[in-house]
Amino acid sequence: MSDSIDIINAFALMTNFVIIPAISYGSQLALGALAVTLVYSVLRFSNFAQGDSMAFGTMIVILLTGFMINQGWIISGIPTALLVIPIAIIGTAIYLLSMDRLVYKFYRTRVKPKTITFCIASIGVMFVTGGLVRFIIGPRPQTFADGERFIFSVREFKAFTGLEQGIALKTSQFLTITIAILLVAFVFYFLQKTKTGKAMRAYSDNEELALLSGINPDKVVQVTWLLVAALTTIAGALYGLDKGFSPQQYHLLLLPIFASVIVGGIGSPLGAIAGAFLISFSEVLLTYAYKKFLIYLLPLSMHPNSLVQLIGTEYKYAISFVILVIVLLIRPTGIFKGKVLHDYG
Amino acid sequence: MDNQNNIWQTNRTIISFSIMALVLLLVGFNQSWALVLGIVNLCLISAIMALGVNIQWGYAGLFNVGIMGFAALGGVSVVLVSQQPVVEAVEAGGLKILLALTLGVITVATGVFLHKRRFNKWLIILVVLIGYLVTRYYFSDATKVIEKVNPALEGYLGGLGIHVMFSWIVGGLVAAGAAWSIGKITLGLRADYLAIATLGISEIILYIVKNEDWLVRGVKNVAGLSRPVPYEVNLQNSDWFQNMVSWIYSSSLELLPLADQANQLSQYVRESSVVFVKLCYSGLFITILVAMILLANLALDSPWGRKVRAIRDNEVAASAMGKNIKRQHLQIFVIGSAIVGVAGALLVTYNGTFVPTSYQPLRFTFLIWVMVIVGGSGNNLGSVIGAFIIWFLWIQSGPMGIWAVEVISNFMQEGSSTVEFMKSRVHFLKLVFMGSILLLVMRFSPAGILPEKNKQM
Repeated sequence: MSDSIDIINAFALMTNFVIIPAISYGSQLALGALAVTLVYSVLRFSNFAQGDSMAFGTMIVILLTGFMINQGWIISGIPTALLVIPIAIIGTAIYLLSMDRLVYKFYRTRVKPKTITFCIASIGVMFVTGGLVRFIIGPRPQTFADGERFIFSVREFKAFTGLEQGIALKTSQFLTITIAILLVAFVFYFLQKTKTGKAMRAYSDNEELALLSGINPDKVVQVTWLLVAALTTIAGALYGLDKGFSPQQYHLLLLPIFASVIVGGIGSPLGAIAGAFLISFSEVLLTYAYKKFLIYLLPLSMHPNSLVQLIGTEYKYAISFVILVIVLLIRPTGIFKGKVLHDYG
Repeated sequence: MDNQNNIWQTNRTIISFSIMALVLLLVGFNQSWALVLGIVNLCLISAIMALGVNIQWGYAGLFNVGIMGFAALGGVSVVLVSQQPVVEAVEAGGLKILLALTLGVITVATGVFLHKRRFNKWLIILVVLIGYLVTRYYFSDATKVIEKVNPALEGYLGGLGIHVMFSWIVGGLVAAGAAWSIGKITLGLRADYLAIATLGISEIILYIVKNEDWLVRGVKNVAGLSRPVPYEVNLQNSDWFQNMVSWIYSSSLELLPLADQANQLSQYVRESSVVFVKLCYSGLFITILVAMILLANLALDSPWGRKVRAIRDNEVAASAMGKNIKRQHLQIFVIGSAIVGVAGALLVTYNGTFVPTSYQPLRFTFLIWVMVIVGGSGNNLGSVIGAFIIWFLWIQSGPMGIWAVEVISNFMQEGSSTVEFMKSRVHFLKLVFMGSILLLVMRFSPAGILPEKNKQM
């Protein structure tokens, strides 16, 4: 390694190990956070079952992927999981809708439903879903990515640019970012422009006025669950393609997802996305070891001996929690003002 | 039929406890008394934990999803209070760790102080960051030194070497402290923020316990904790115990030929010593549980209890009457969490080992919630019966699942792969089973087995 200051290589290193992973992780979180936000705005509770629902959707993706590969129905180069996502969404939607019918609907039709009752019910659903997932697919971690692994690899990048540090773009990362942008654009278009989306927003803003103007609440709720199923399955599948699937890992994703939602401002879709990227960048930036990066930027005499890692990777879930606490202390409404006032429901 | 229903309505408590006792006696006669006492002891500990949660949920409507974390804090306290100190480690790194912790406290205190004085927030961030880096530098140095001391057996600071019963109180206090800081931040905001924050803090407590080896040895576990009751081996060798056992079994011993009597007696002594130790624990746990229930019921019938319920049932009206809701909620949250902490300490004392990996959200947080809801939220005795029923079902649901698979396998061909698959996975259906119980009770009998008394005042 040279002893002179080398900004370009430092930047390449940062891009490869911090920026690209953080953007792709942030996109996965954003989709999950958007699902929580939708449930929160329309059904008015924090859905604790989100992480395990993601595991459920991913489980269907994995099972279908295995089936497709067995049958030889694959397109070379493209992850098979991508082909089966639409069917998995339908499966997840059926599951979520039946959970709504069996569990949540009863409390919704009560005279004065309490938010907290829904929360407890969603914790019940969380454990039922988690148990089903572990029963069907087992508790062990597994990977299901196939096809081309890289859009471009470190070696190709180095050969192309002649830099010392290479940048790689994994297929899963490329897919995550592209699909997340498309999906978020679709959700926003749907909420802003379509009649059903407007009905959902109206129902979310003021339930009684919405009912008065002839909006069908059952339809609003069903459409919400359909959107949630799509977001949940895709977020889960993309996370799994990127980092591998394990039921426990997905269960724990609940924490950064909730943190994203609250940091962004609960109930605000835009806030959920902003919060997700804030959380993902903090997690990656704080657990990254800066030794190599600093070696590129500092003169030889100042080169660090230690890893220069701010927080050990084992505490990465603690980061989202600490951010959550700081936001609750300083600005409980979140970045984009959400609904945080005490609810006397 | 109507008459029978009336008897059930008026004597719910007695009937449900009698049925539970009968079931336990049945298991005792059919299987073994040591087994039953093992179940009963865990039921009692769960009942104390459920009592703590019931105080939070039933008295104040506070939704705590971090029971696991508070129980783990109780367990940590047992290790830190009752274990003998590791002198070599304390000499090597005790001062260093103290220095690091002091630096950490100073950093936090300075941050809070500057924030209160409304200094520029970037300055605060800079100060805290520098403080953090300095602390971390000394801290990692200290932990390295401590963890190097005899890592196979020790590698941690050990405890204070005080009697284990004292650690139960400490466990309660530590859990109370954690609850206070969480409650201070989240109470007064939306109700589900508390749930999310407690969920987060419990996972983080577990991460700390598993990763900070210098504190409680991390995932290497701490075994051989001191206990408040005699050891089986000592009992077997003591005269009074042998005499007592031979007196109890005298009738059955007399029937045997003399040659076999000594053999048979020593077997009885072995069996009885296990039962005796478990009985001692039962006695301790029952005393604690009864004392707590008496105190809780007294508190609930006092003016304080009426205020608490008034706030729960109508916050707007209560705050219009000049009641400080946030302070009241904080108080109850701290009390409930302290009780959970005590129960966590009792559990670790009873097990005799501290195993961080045994803390699963399902086993602690969720199961306790099912106990409270099934038993009847707001009713302390309800939590107790809920704890007994749910723990019993939880223990028995494993064998029941295997049995169900075997029944199903009778209808299928020999050695089918499906049966093997189901046998290896059937225990995951426990989650589904418990989740379904919770959802069914919430839906069809939201008041639980023993509903709260004098709800309408």
